[in-house]
Amino acid sequence: MNFETTIGLEVHVELKTNSKMFSPAPVTYGAEPNTSTNVIDWGFPGVLPTVNQGAYGLGIMVALAFHAHVAHDTHFDRKNYFYPDNPKAYQITQHEVPLARDGYIEIPTPDGGTKQIGIEELHVEEDAGKNTHTGQYSYVDLNRQGTPLIEIVSKADMTSPDEAYAYLENLRKIVQFTGASDVKMEEGSMRVDTNISIRPIGQKEFGQKVELKNLNSFNHVRLGLAYEEKRQARILMNGGTIRPETRRFDEATGETVLMRVKEGADDYRYFPEPDIPRVQIDQDWIDDIAAHIPEMPDKRRARYINELGLPEYDAGVLTDTKEMSDFFEETINDGADAKLASNWLMGGVNQYLNENKVDLPETKLTPAHLATMIQMIEDGTISSKIAKKVFKEIITNGTEPRQWVEDKGLIQLSDPDQLNPIITDVLDNNQQSIDDFKNGKDRAVGYLVGQIMRQTHGMANPKVVNQLLMAALKAR
Amino acid sequence: MIEKKQVEHVAELAKLSFSDAELDHFTSQLDEIMKMVDQLDEVDTTGVEPTTHVGDLVNVFRKDEAKPGTPRKELMENVPEEQDGLIKVPAIIDEGEDE
Repeated sequence: MNFETTIGLEVHVELKTNSKMFSPAPVTYGAEPNTSTNVIDWGFPGVLPTVNQGAYGLGIMVALAFHAHVAHDTHFDRKNYFYPDNPKAYQITQHEVPLARDGYIEIPTPDGGTKQIGIEELHVEEDAGKNTHTGQYSYVDLNRQGTPLIEIVSKADMTSPDEAYAYLENLRKIVQFTGASDVKMEEGSMRVDTNISIRPIGQKEFGQKVELKNLNSFNHVRLGLAYEEKRQARILMNGGTIRPETRRFDEATGETVLMRVKEGADDYRYFPEPDIPRVQIDQDWIDDIAAHIPEMPDKRRARYINELGLPEYDAGVLTDTKEMSDFFEETINDGADAKLASNWLMGGVNQYLNENKVDLPETKLTPAHLATMIQMIEDGTISSKIAKKVFKEIITNGTEPRQWVEDKGLIQLSDPDQLNPIITDVLDNNQQSIDDFKNGKDRAVGYLVGQIMRQTHGMANPKVVNQLLMAALKAR
Repeated sequence: MIEKKQVEHVAELAKLSFSDAELDHFTSQLDEIMKMVDQLDEVDTTGVEPTTHVGDLVNVFRKDEAKPGTPRKELMENVPEEQDGLIKVPAIIDEGEDE
């Protein structure tokens, strides 16, 4: 029997705000435990939550970036559950009327085309606190509790773990370009839950879906889903049935492990949140956000190709992250040639980031310094060999390159008045090479250039040396 | 009719445990309450929009401005046990919220 796979993803993204979704407590990462939280987050008697307008606006922006339809009349609901990560014993979310519905994300297909993955809905809600467990006790830090989240629920449109991976990559990229979130899996500002089912090819009804959680990277999502495909197929092939359950991915074994058999949705006893009045979103607000939405990666990519004349490959790499793309744009605004800036970012810069395992903002490199260095290479002030030294200096120490090159005496020697006497001197001492040259041995030129470079401690401009040397040779 | 099993289930969701006698008591109480609520079904609500909030207010927003959190010392006054600024609770297996 052959099966086909159906995958849907629920992605939680923390919105980058100053304060919490329903309280003015600050949103922090890595602060002292229980210092970025307040009585509203803790649900003390008599407190009143109020909606963070900035967070709601970011939610609308994300929804628009995914081409979703923003609802004009929304409200919040209470989702009741008892767990120490939320002292209120309920989460404020949007259950009945989500912020937006019916969006999509385009992903590339193996044949070079694109496929649209539908987004069922996007809603805003609050995050829960963090628990750490050691033996007999658990320890709760409520700093994260109340942080604004947007949950992005896909349609069950994906048919392979690879499609799920591509969907996540593009989702992250798009949210990152809106600036609404850091979308970092490793810091928990992006979290992924998956639903996966399989059915015999040709069967109309979907198979029983299984929820898969605890996925700490996109790669785990892909591996976990691939394992589930096989596990479910094996059960069905043996005449078994799939249970509705929640499983987690075990990174040590690469397998999925049963967490629990699923609770029904009714167990959350949702009801409209009585503490928060309705939220009405007029078209003006939506239009205003739409007008200020940053340029999305696909648009930037097209602009790099069409207006800057970059190869498709370059445009793809440069728009992979917003950091890289912004850095590139600033570098060319500071006067660097687009293709040269692209070469440096894709080459030397990326190599440095990989070798040192750092992100671009963690280095001392600035667009202005990179642009200056590129201009110095272009106008012959420094050789490409020296540029490597300069690059190392500006990325590790943040030194202004022009001044540094002058101080270190690394400026390339291009002045004929300085070079000609050296060339004359080298020729006077190498009659054999001159003879060789006259007899058609081109290799002699290489030898002579080498001698000149040695005399100038490698600082001579090779292009100029070549021209002057050829003229001098012909004159002899 | 409310059944004892339902009361047990709701109690479990609220992490509460009751004696058999208490369960019987709550079952009949809840049944009475449900009957009272059922009276609302007599009202014809054809064409009436569901109420999600009883007030007339809309869009009560707050600007995205952070204020320092409640001092931890004060918050911890209501915490039975703390350790290193964390709330110490009996070990909980990870069956938390589905978000």
